[in-house]
Amino acid sequence: MKVLVAVKRVIDYNVKVRVKADQSGVELANVKMAMNPFDEIAVEEAVRLKEAGIATEVVAISCGATHCQEQLRTALALGADRAILVETDAAQTENLQSLAVAKLLKAVCDKEQPQLVILGKQAIDDDANQTGQMLAALLGWPQATFASKVVVADGKTTVTREIDGGLETLSIRLPAVVTTDLRLNEPRYATLPNIMKAKKKPMDVLKSAELGVDIAPRLATLKVVEPAKRQAGIKVADVAELVAKLKNEAKVI
Amino acid sequence: MSILVIAEHDHAVLKAATLNTVTAAAKIGGPIDVLVAGSGCAAAAQAAAALAGVARVKVADAAHYAEQTAENLAALVVANVSGYTHILAPATTFGKNLLPRVAALLDMAQISEICGVESPDTFVRPIYAGNALATVKSADAVKVITVRTTGFDAVGQGGSAAVEAIPAGPDLGLTQLVGRELTKSARPELGAAKVIVSGGRGLASGENYHALLEPLADKLNAALGASRAAVDAGFVPNDYQVGQTGKVVAPQLYLAIGISGAIQHLAGMKDSKVIVAINKDADAPIFQVADYGLVGDLFQLVPELTAAL
Ligand SMILES: Cc1cc2nc3c(=O)[nH]c(=O)nc-3n(C[C@H](O)[C@H](O)[C@H](O)COP(=O)(O)OP(=O)(O)OC[C@H]3O[C@@H](n4cnc5c(N)ncnc54)[C@H](O)[C@@H]3O)c2cc1C
Ligand SMILES: Nc1ncnc2c1ncn2[C@@H]1O[C@H](COP(=O)(O)O)[C@@H](O)[C@H]1O
Repeated sequence: MKVLVAVKRVIDYNVKVRVKADQSGVELANVKMAMNPFDEIAVEEAVRLKEAGIATEVVAISCGATHCQEQLRTALALGADRAILVETDAAQTENLQSLAVAKLLKAVCDKEQPQLVILGKQAIDDDANQTGQMLAALLGWPQATFASKVVVADGKTTVTREIDGGLETLSIRLPAVVTTDLRLNEPRYATLPNIMKAKKKPMDVLKSAELGVDIAPRLATLKVVEPAKRQAGIKVADVAELVAKLKNEAKVI
Repeated sequence: MSILVIAEHDHAVLKAATLNTVTAAAKIGGPIDVLVAGSGCAAAAQAAAALAGVARVKVADAAHYAEQTAENLAALVVANVSGYTHILAPATTFGKNLLPRVAALLDMAQISEICGVESPDTFVRPIYAGNALATVKSADAVKVITVRTTGFDAVGQGGSAAVEAIPAGPDLGLTQLVGRELTKSARPELGAAKVIVSGGRGLASGENYHALLEPLADKLNAALGASRAAVDAGFVPNDYQVGQTGKVVAPQLYLAIGISGAIQHLAGMKDSKVIVAINKDADAPIFQVADYGLVGDLFQLVPELTAAL
């Protein structure tokens, strides 16, 4: 079975983001970029399915500008067999929204016919948490979001999902869309030999226009601002002072 | 303008997040209808009808809504959107799972986790783990929106909406529930609690977590929360996690105990009214957001605090 994994290039999660002075967005120039952490988990899961003899091929896909190839190379170094970049031009990349990505991924799925598509549950830049569910809708496939365990057997996948009240296990028919939660697995690191090998693995570049889908943004960002800063608090000397402050000053107990 | 709110419920009771969502709908303006889709869900529908400001409650009662799967619910919502300009659901795992599916079927964008309403087409939402707030304007005919519950108060009671049965949609038969392991607790729900006692890796084990934090939470009638590190280490179940990728909370009082204050954790609790941090590292970032910081060993300080309350 073929497994597709979606990989987004985002600001590295360790970077403290800064809002631009003109309120048009956050500062992206000279900022360290990385694969969305949830997508590392998605790649890892797909590679494990291959290692277990369940997946026959793992294809990593990213939508965006040329430099997304860096994250696709990482996916190849982690064990994906080949990669597809759906390339958008600079102006489109700035404002590539979840629905547009879902449509591009759908077009690729129509060609590639995977049995399973694994995405991250959310991208840590826009925190949208939409693309996987949208892709499942467009394909008419079942979905299992926020997965913390995935078992594939007999044309089905059994997925344990992290939900607000605890855990839920679903059995869903393949082909299907799964989105990853943090505890699904612990991604491996790319080793140097694998990074070298990844350079020789195939990477197709498609122009988004070739896929014939409308990726125009539906939402216009009017401004981006920093949230109000919390007033710096104080350090109390001991428990007695803490209790007194909570009772008399904050009046919360 | 006309708004459809998708209720989150367990067939008998409305989830608290539904009440915040109705408040967000009221801020947008226009008549508010609530859709209750469930199996044997008359009680939840009655509860929705009693919410202030709700005009109509539409009820689809069928066995294939028992498990609240996104596939069946999305098909139902899509068949019932005619006439609505806005579709809202809470930004809980329920709403996050369902609403993007609805949006894509309608060929509309989704506006995720709004925390403010500027006008009927313009909304404020956090991005980058809450390190920035974006104001976005939608050009779509139907605005599909999930609502961050901490951004809006719970709506009051006192409504008397008409309750109207609607036909169920198809059972797509795409998914099957195998089982649920729900955390049982007599404590207040994390999302709705006034006080939260939250523990991190500093507690070092699940035994310590329970031995130290339960008595404190008992005294404060608090819900229990945790950092990702504490959940990953197995101290507590996943649904305790507060943060960018867990629950977003804004209680009156949040006690962070043995939690360093990574931005991903702060994203879930920094709108709390009063924050207390107990940490042995005086430079831990949690102290930058704490109103009251206590530097020291939690194994000594937490029992002392519990005794002092
Ligand atoms: C994509 C992504 C999403 C994430 N989402 C979340 C999320 O939703 N929620 C979340 O919490 N994290 C999240 N994280 C993880 C986050 O980055 C941190 O790793 C995590 O919050 C750390 O948890 P902690 O503070 O308990 O542990 P640590 O950072 O290890 O801190 C433990 C603290 O305990 C203190 N301590 C130790 N012993 C004692 C003692 N005896 N007395 C007093 N203090 C003591 C230490 O000084 C330290 O400050 C996410 C990370 C990524 C990459
Ligand atoms: N531009 C993109 N290219 C490839 N995959 C993406 C892209 N945007 C989003 N995704 C996938 O969709 C997931 C959820 O993203 P989002 O809906 O934006 O929060 C991510 O973790 C990725 O797996």
